[in-house]
Amino acid sequence: MVAEYLSVLVFIFAGIGIVLFTFLLSKLIRPHNPYPKKNANYECAEEPVGSSWFKFNNRFYIFALIFVIFDVEAIFLFPWAVAFGELGLYALIEMIIFILILFFGLFYAWRKGALKWV
Amino acid sequence: MDMFQIVLDELSARPVFWFLSIIMLVSGFMVVTLKNIFHSAIYLILCLFSVAGIFILLEAEFLAAAQVLIYVGAVAILMIFAIMLSTNVSGKKTMTTQNGLPVAIISAVFALGTIALVIMTKLNIVMRGSDGFISKGLWIGEKGQLPTENIMLIGKYLMTEYMLPFEVISVLLLASMIGAIALARNERS
Repeated sequence: MVAEYLSVLVFIFAGIGIVLFTFLLSKLIRPHNPYPKKNANYECAEEPVGSSWFKFNNRFYIFALIFVIFDVEAIFLFPWAVAFGELGLYALIEMIIFILILFFGLFYAWRKGALKWV
Repeated sequence: MDMFQIVLDELSARPVFWFLSIIMLVSGFMVVTLKNIFHSAIYLILCLFSVAGIFILLEAEFLAAAQVLIYVGAVAILMIFAIMLSTNVSGKKTMTTQNGLPVAIISAVFALGTIALVIMTKLNIVMRGSDGFISKGLWIGEKGQLPTENIMLIGKYLMTEYMLPFEVISVLLLASMIGAIALARNERS
């Protein structure tokens, strides 16, 4: 069973190797000529303003928190989905109850304006 | 499972285990020693990833998926968010103190002792049912089951025997979500 994951390991090493290889190769062939404009961060061809180390908007945090909750919910969907074929309607009702209870949370967040970008 | 597969499993498991443990320990060490808190968070992600690898070695694939999805995908990202949201601490060296050294040593010894105790008491059970390095046969089902079978069993048990705890989980999640929203709203006002 574990041997099936050998391909994952090979993939990880190949991923690291390709990145290292390209960095090394570009270091070997490119001319060394740094100037401020060239050293600037690449932002989709927009000129960057200020440093990239800046304080993010606080509003992102509440979205991240809600995301964590629904991430945990999503992980429970996987075993349910795999076992669904054997369990049928009964499992469907249980999962609907599970999701409905969490839906109250989403409703609460919505009504309290936590999802609003003010 | 044919003989070749079993031999390959046993041969590959041990070096991979050492490889993953070394990555885990080194990255864990980096998390607590690095001066840049953002780099610490990145190393924490690497550490959590290698824990997922260990779970796969133990044939606990669902746990590995949960580890990657929840710890790497959500909790670590939340930590990075928290770092980026906090006052301009990111990118700068963090202040470190050694005032809490005695407490740290005591808690480290306590934690290690607890883990050692658990391993020593559990190991007998694991070794008895297993054939060597990996604790095979500890799972509810039969030996050498397909990985999807593990997840299937978890799903089945969640839906039948552990139905009430399963529904309570959603209430717990609901409570934590409402708590998080209430706290975050208080902060803002």
